[in-house]
Amino acid sequence: MADISPRIGVRKTYKLYVGGAFPRSESGRSYPVTSPAGDHLANAALASRKDVRDAVVAARKAFPGWSGRTAYNRGQILYRIAEMMEGRRAQFAEEVAAAEGVSAARAQALVSAAVDRWVYYAGWADKIGQVLGGANPVSGPYFNLSEPEPTGVVGVFAPAGSPLLGLVSVLAPVITSGNTAVLVADERAPLPAVTLAEALATSDLPGGVANILTGRLAELAPPLAGHADVNALDLAGAGGLAAELEALAATTLKRVLRPGADDWNDADPGLSRIRPFLETKTVWHPIGR
Amino acid sequence: MPDTIPGSLRAYLHGLPGVDEVGVRKRAADLATRSIKTTAKRAALDLAIRMVDLTTLEGADTPGKVRALAAKAMRPDPSDATAPPVAALCVYPDMVAVAAEALAGSGVGLASVATGFPSGRTSLEVKLADTAAAVAAGATEIDMVIDRGAFLAGDHGKVFDEITAVKERCGEAHLKVILETGELVTYDNVRRASWLAMHAGADFIKTSTGKVAPAATLPVTLIMLEAVRDYRAATGRQVGVKPAGGIRTAKDAIRYLVLVKEIAGDDWLDPAWFRLGASTLLNDLLMQRTKLSTGHYSGPDYYTID
Repeated sequence: MADISPRIGVRKTYKLYVGGAFPRSESGRSYPVTSPAGDHLANAALASRKDVRDAVVAARKAFPGWSGRTAYNRGQILYRIAEMMEGRRAQFAEEVAAAEGVSAARAQALVSAAVDRWVYYAGWADKIGQVLGGANPVSGPYFNLSEPEPTGVVGVFAPAGSPLLGLVSVLAPVITSGNTAVLVADERAPLPAVTLAEALATSDLPGGVANILTGRLAELAPPLAGHADVNALDLAGAGGLAAELEALAATTLKRVLRPGADDWNDADPGLSRIRPFLETKTVWHPIGR
Repeated sequence: MPDTIPGSLRAYLHGLPGVDEVGVRKRAADLATRSIKTTAKRAALDLAIRMVDLTTLEGADTPGKVRALAAKAMRPDPSDATAPPVAALCVYPDMVAVAAEALAGSGVGLASVATGFPSGRTSLEVKLADTAAAVAAGATEIDMVIDRGAFLAGDHGKVFDEITAVKERCGEAHLKVILETGELVTYDNVRRASWLAMHAGADFIKTSTGKVAPAATLPVTLIMLEAVRDYRAATGRQVGVKPAGGIRTAKDAIRYLVLVKEIAGDDWLDPAWFRLGASTLLNDLLMQRTKLSTGHYSGPDYYTID
């Protein structure tokens, strides 16, 4: 009998995540992704501005359903994402170690923190209204109630250098309150984002709530920031483009969260990334008969 | 005036060459891949807007909604005066009077469906009265449905006579004949129904009511465009084509324009000879138009909800 040759590896194709599906870039392009040491890891899809447009359409379509769910149900689904990530811990740890060039132990710690971040924001889902809303005293025969509502479609630029924990730290607070997101992954280290998309796709998160694009920031950011159907931007990973993107966002009066000195290891970021993507609805209701 | 067809109508229609189904699908799919960019795209979008029959055919239509849509038909983009008006407003017969008042003097046509739309399951007397009432109320175009049951049963003469009778009642109004291709089953039937309608005096042949799926498709429109081209070559009379139903994006609309240019020819690239029956399409055309002028994608928040 001839020697049995070793099994051929099943290589993964890293694609985009748009509307609950995993399409290749509309442009058909891809780009090589390397580790910090320069080793080739894989090719990722190189999204185009048309992919941005498609992702915004998907996010807009998903918005009424997602924002219309009960906050409690959104919390359940975010917790489910944590469960799905936990089940694929080994894969995430391996990809984070390769992408960030850190030790296996550090990678495990980063994955744990990312999973915990989902649980943290899952808990926030049904408490935002109590903290930011309330009954206002007014001088008249009215109940006056303020209630936070999600802003709409949010463009999110994931921070550079923290491809999993940083990405989860900006995505989770946006969607927990009922927004839908179009997220541009870290250009240099997009692979954990695509694997996260697989966890999202298997966790009851409706398609289109989170859309993940990989590619060149300079190519994807301007059409996303200028898109009239995007209601807010999180510029965490916008880098040197931030000022230009703010100017583009101003043409359609988007809410903008500027990049700050964020510490992604902070286990209790509170409402700092939730509040910027909420609108306050105030209701006046007459008292008496 | 209806044409005189030698011999039996049935023998004539069944003597038409059969449609190569695979070939038609392939040709339509090939033409749909053509890329229209920059200045050509701009011209195509404006032409598509001028070809739109802005339609509201709902049981819930109110005079207010018809007036709102009439305002939109005359001035589709209130923030941009260069956006052209649409070709016509298309309503149910009982809304014609409201629409006529709203559109008076604008140059926008007023189409009314008639003859028991969408099923056409009424007597000829009712169909003719329906038509006459719409014309009397001010409709400049009548969209009639054919009796698909009679057509499928092989009673071509009945379909022919109904079209002829309705055409007579139309007077000055243009007659569009809806074949409802989604119910005709085969492409051969689409070709036969097209020729039947043209011989009976149709000014336009229209794919669908929009109430039956599938509505307009590229292959069906291709067959109808071939029919009007060949009919003009045979008789010298030009007939228009109107796909309706399911055309929702600017990209779809441009695909239809490519089809018109390649199959029927430049003579049909005019709102007088080609129309797009649609309701949601107009907003997408306007959004794409805005994208070309501002450079950024627009959103539905900036357009009216119809």
